[in-house]
Amino acid sequence: MSHNLKNITLKIWRQDGPQAKGNFETHVIDEITDEASFLEMLDILNDNLVHAGKEAVVFDHDCREGICGTCSLMIDGQAHGPQRGTATCQLHMRQFQDNAVITIEPWRASAFPLIKDLMVDRSAFDRIIESGGYITAETGGAPDANLIPIAKTVADAAMDSAECIGCGACVAACPNGAANLFTAAKVAHLNRLPQGQAERFSRVETMVETMDDYFGSCTNHGECEAACPKEISIDVIALMHKDYRKAKFSNRKDLARK
Amino acid sequence: MSLTDQLLTQNTVQLDSKIPAGPMAEKWTSYKENMKLVNPNNKRKFKVIVVGTGLAGASAAATMAELGYQVDAFTFHDSARRAHSIAAQGGINGAKNYKGDGDSIHRLFYDTVKGGDFRAREANVHRLAENSVDIIDQMVAQGVPFAREYGGLLDNRSFGGAQVSRTFYARGQTGQQLLLGAYQQFSRQVGLGGIRLFNRTELIDIVVIDGHASGIVVRDLVTGELQSHAAHAVVLATGGYGNAFFLSTNAMACNVTAAWRAHRKGALFANPCYTQIHPTCIPQSDDSQSKLTLMSESLRNDGRVWVPTNPNETRPAHEVPENERDYYLERLYPSFGNLAPRDISSRAAKRLVDKGQGVGPKKNGVYLDFADAINRLGRDVVEERYGNLFEMYERIAGENPYEQPMRIYPASHYTMGGLWVDYELMTNIPGLYAAGEANFSDHGANRLGASALMQGLSDGYFVLPYTIGNYLAPMLNKSIPGTDHPEFKAAEEAARLRFNGYLSTGGTKSPDHFHRELGKIIWDYCGMERTKEGLTKALSDLPALYEEFKTDLCVTGNGESMNQTLEKAGRVDDFFQLGMLMCRDALDREESCGGHFRSEYQTEEGEALRDDENYCHVSAYQWGGDPMKPNLNVEKLEFEEVHLATRSYK
Repeated sequence: MSHNLKNITLKIWRQDGPQAKGNFETHVIDEITDEASFLEMLDILNDNLVHAGKEAVVFDHDCREGICGTCSLMIDGQAHGPQRGTATCQLHMRQFQDNAVITIEPWRASAFPLIKDLMVDRSAFDRIIESGGYITAETGGAPDANLIPIAKTVADAAMDSAECIGCGACVAACPNGAANLFTAAKVAHLNRLPQGQAERFSRVETMVETMDDYFGSCTNHGECEAACPKEISIDVIALMHKDYRKAKFSNRKDLARK
Repeated sequence: MSLTDQLLTQNTVQLDSKIPAGPMAEKWTSYKENMKLVNPNNKRKFKVIVVGTGLAGASAAATMAELGYQVDAFTFHDSARRAHSIAAQGGINGAKNYKGDGDSIHRLFYDTVKGGDFRAREANVHRLAENSVDIIDQMVAQGVPFAREYGGLLDNRSFGGAQVSRTFYARGQTGQQLLLGAYQQFSRQVGLGGIRLFNRTELIDIVVIDGHASGIVVRDLVTGELQSHAAHAVVLATGGYGNAFFLSTNAMACNVTAAWRAHRKGALFANPCYTQIHPTCIPQSDDSQSKLTLMSESLRNDGRVWVPTNPNETRPAHEVPENERDYYLERLYPSFGNLAPRDISSRAAKRLVDKGQGVGPKKNGVYLDFADAINRLGRDVVEERYGNLFEMYERIAGENPYEQPMRIYPASHYTMGGLWVDYELMTNIPGLYAAGEANFSDHGANRLGASALMQGLSDGYFVLPYTIGNYLAPMLNKSIPGTDHPEFKAAEEAARLRFNGYLSTGGTKSPDHFHRELGKIIWDYCGMERTKEGLTKALSDLPALYEEFKTDLCVTGNGESMNQTLEKAGRVDDFFQLGMLMCRDALDREESCGGHFRSEYQTEEGEALRDDENYCHVSAYQWGGDPMKPNLNVEKLEFEEVHLATRSYK
């Protein structure tokens, strides 16, 4: 294990609120270790700022294990930074060169209005889930868990898309600000499972239409897949479109029987 | 006269655990048959506040909204999907006996009571084991993609402290999948109007009027605005207090504020010294580290824990010959081996590291080696089981665990202590409930693996929705105080003064600085091993540091916009007061049990030595106005089903 110390220059976005004018601020971090995480570097910056009587940089973060999806950050123009399949909180300074100049910005998408500095409001994702991203199974009365065998391949495929952490990198990376990868990941998770069949077509319809209320349209750039910290495949978008088309072009009562 | 005798006033509150009569296995059924009910059409007349949207909070809010109650849910996160339940990796226990290996509700109950070192309330634990079966059914119905075998049935794995396979899992992300399941059910109710969601909103105080919980005061984190909310009942599902140690596996925002503010309003805080140190975390690498990362206990199914026998070993792990390795868990605890419970495994690792046998650049870890498993099962199978954990390890430690063993060390992970609750999960304040990690009741002095998810969901899905009706039924059509009541105004004013106080201290040190210093004291003296001497020192260091916090704190920015430094100041303030109570409780409990290990009380082999004669009780503290002078109340623990015995895993 190396113990290299690096000097880093940060160009970091500051903006007091949604209506305020933003600008880049330059800060220098001396002698950061390879073992430090990217967010620990920001902790050090903030501690220095507070001790100097200045306001700390606001950024979203929580679990620091790459699973809660709270952290964000555009790092040198890439959502979650340069390491593939890695959320910002799991990014470590060994990924950067000594004397690097790193640009840090918030997610930029009209559906994610800025709150302050690097923090944005991603509630539009919750609205999509609220519109249909669930299986209706009220508490109590569930049948035995082993009643319906589910092929391992099906359960595994459902799990692949269920891994989505809802961070919004897909939207931030998309030139159109589309949320198709996020929405399709949930559709694919639930629509692939036997338990999800009863609401399969109503689910995809309401979720897609709620998504369209907030987000841009998908034009198959594939940037979302490249930015996704869970490496969710854009195949799920095709599955969502297929189910949406079926829902729209057929008699829904018929579909429910299939 | 010892320090303890001087300061603890005893039995100021009459504690009634309300355990139903009858045989252990029938208590919960009999409770449900005899509780008061609220007619479905009347449920909408009641408002319930749920604070926290983790497993316990989301499942409770969703279920109560389905029943028809008006639910207001609060989270300080941006979304209800972020709570730290999401980070649980390994699994959830369910006494399904799908493996036909002799599991049963009784056995899960027994394992949990024994695992908790006979310091949990039996009746609560039995109910938990009963509900474990329904939880698995419920979560599968909601589409949680648990791991399956090729035939399509659910797969199970083993966890520490159990000799059967009863743990259901979804890769290494079981907590995530369960929380998303509960979050989706919760979101459905938000969409249907059954739940009003307040995100980025933090609880600042509880309002108690005429002895009943009547509402809460919250702070909108985006605007800094203080708001009051009134309700018929308040549920706190706000998690544990492991971040008192500063370095822990908890998420950065986890804090004790909700429970602590309830405590200051009269709710008893039980067993604060019962904290769990998890044996398999990635060791600290440098001083700027902000948190520790857990590697799931499930890894111990296939990984072997060892250290070199020679403290001066310098060769890389794979060059150390077999006869110079000490597989100490297999040696000391042959029947449980690498799956010995968490407290026992943690202490064993600490002893070897303290003896200088640690590994890694700071010699602060032990090896968790997969070489044998890879040889036996093949790399593919190991990857299938633990792939995402191996990747996570490599990202953090910069080493590939397929090629060299992981380095692990214990870290603060879970807190068994919490708000005192009765069988109905109600605190001693009528109408105030605590669920999940925020309460104290089910894990005794040590929690077994894969039981936290089980308890959160049991409380939220299958306990609270019943027991809360029993409290609300007699309140039908009676008016409750509104937010214009003077008590709400007084609580708002106190909160305003508190936050203005942090902003105007005008000192020189950040809240993070104080949190780090505070954590160091608690870890050193109230961590894996405690002594009378150390705790006494902590109890003199903590108030001194707290004084410094009050006079030398520096919070920049203002109170009218998003200010994470200010949020942190409030949380650290509460951690200071809690820290004193933790040390006070650890000092008072002159025995070793589970996660509470007092060096003075151990067997010749170095195992925990309980004192059932004097300490077979719950210590529940009442706020006395000074964090150094709490009042101690005792709930005696009776064991009818499981006989008190020395806990042995040999």
